Amino acid sequence: MSSTYTIVAGGASRSFPDGDPFLAGASAEADVVVYLQGARYRPDATRAAVLVELDTECLGVHTGEHAGDEGGNVLGFARYRNGDDPPSGLVELVRQPRTTDSAIAAARAVLEGAGLEVVVCTDQPGRIVDRLVRPKYNAALRFLDEGLATAGDMDLTCRLGLGYPDGPIERVERGGLARHHDVTRALFEVFGTPAYAPARRAVVAAARRARGDGDAS
Amino acid sequence: MTTIRTVGVCGAGGTMGAGIAIVSARAGFDTVCFDADAAALDRARAQTEGFFGKSVERGKLSAEARDAALARMTATTDLGALAGCDLVIEAVFEDLAVKRELLARLDQVCPEHTVYASNTSTLSITEIAGGCARPDRVVGMHFCLPAQLMRLIEVSPGIATSPETFAAAWAWTEAAGQTPVRTEDRPGFILNALLVPFNNDAIRAVEAGVASAADVDRAIKGALGYKMGPLELIDLVGLDTQVRLCEAFYPITLDPRAAAPPLLRRMVAAGHLGRKSGRGFYTYDGRAMFGG
Ligand SMILES: NC(=O)c1ccc[n+]([C@@H]2O[C@H](COP(=O)([O-])OP(=O)(O)OC[C@H]3O[C@@H](n4cnc5c(N)ncnc54)[C@H](O)[C@@H]3O)[C@@H](O)[C@H]2O)c1
Repeated sequence: MSSTYTIVAGGASRSFPDGDPFLAGASAEADVVVYLQGARYRPDATRAAVLVELDTECLGVHTGEHAGDEGGNVLGFARYRNGDDPPSGLVELVRQPRTTDSAIAAARAVLEGAGLEVVVCTDQPGRIVDRLVRPKYNAALRFLDEGLATAGDMDLTCRLGLGYPDGPIERVERGGLARHHDVTRALFEVFGTPAYAPARRAVVAAARRARGDGDAS
Repeated sequence: MTTIRTVGVCGAGGTMGAGIAIVSARAGFDTVCFDADAAALDRARAQTEGFFGKSVERGKLSAEARDAALARMTATTDLGALAGCDLVIEAVFEDLAVKRELLARLDQVCPEHTVYASNTSTLSITEIAGGCARPDRVVGMHFCLPAQLMRLIEVSPGIATSPETFAAAWAWTEAAGQTPVRTEDRPGFILNALLVPFNNDAIRAVEAGVASAADVDRAIKGALGYKMGPLELIDLVGLDTQVRLCEAFYPITLDPRAAAPPLLRRMVAAGHLGRKSGRGFYTYDGRAMFGG
């Protein structure tokens, strides 16, 4: 399958920041078009696939939705990235109910051709990773406030006891508590369950960002 | 510095007890391996010899150190043999009544200075200590599976635990070459309090049709660098065990994330228990793994 793609740039892309080799791999004429964050998506049925980079929003925000009949050659995507850490090699590809298999295959070919790992998920807030990891960060931040353990001991427990490369507190701090606030609030808006409610420390960080103090992520 | 010389391990014929006994003997402590089941003790002894043998082959242990460690271990079905222990670590069945009864009997046997540590994963240290006339001598010491390989021990005081008891458990942990972390006496301490709801959320994501089990695992490993995905891990631990963990935590915490997801219960009802039954979120054929 062909893996040529053209890029429509908007503002800064979280998936492909300046200098990322994926940007250099684009060509003018291609079967697949990739809209980076900030670029305005336009339907184009002549393409094998149209990819729209997502932040915390659903793909439906860009395409519109039609009582479960939405979907065609458009897919959302996001390369997982913890705050301003370098992006991971994992791309979540977002499909809708009627997304075609051929569009998924074309999108895969482009992304895997660029050396990225692709997983497919439905159009839900938080996709896979944030849906699972944000409640854990909220829980760890609450445990910290409740005095269950120190931040260092929680992180050490996850590294030594579970073999994780880092623990929840060091990771969420590194990614930016205000950024965590934004991501988990988007999940909370849809699911409304306490697990997604931003933890107090995240609310504090977002408030400080709003005042122009401290954590600016 | 620890003043502990002799360590008793209750349930030493079991998975955790056998590993804890290895940790103790390897670090130079005389170790009394107690279990109600003599055949389990025999199996554990054979496994221990095999484990130390491999350690020697891999150059992690000298042959002399192996022989000395094995010589420090004695096996018994007689509780009275724990009379000389400075520290008794219990890893018997995860049942409050069984643990409380064991502590009450130990009280009759052990000297006043003996520290009692519980390896419970889900029960309250304070409640376990209620079975003992010396609740100030009871402390939580939660080892990780496999205990003979994992360094971490969550050390938790119950409400009645004395600072001396906590300090003794901490010092022994360090002397045994392990890494202690301090946690409070709350369901799941740190590790399981973070892990059990996270694993349930992964099951719920599959149930909600967000992604396949294989893609959920790939996403978590690829994005976060975990060695195992949550659904692979549940298959390894056993889906029935995950239900039991949920049933221990949810009634206490009332945290919806700790409640067993309906899909998990349906899979257990269907006999899909994970690796041990050949099928869970993945299908296993002998040693090969499909569906990933
Ligand atoms: N398996 C794990 O992953 C894990 C991890 C950390 C902690 N734990 C905890 O460790 C403890 C043991 O778990 P396990 O998986 O090793 O269980 P297991 O069933 O493998 O072993 C339990 C052993 O205790 C013995 N036993 C039971 N009651 C006894 C009694 N009254 N007196 C003497 N011996 C008795 C049994 O004969 C058996 O050999 C539990 O409290 C469990 O929650 C387990």
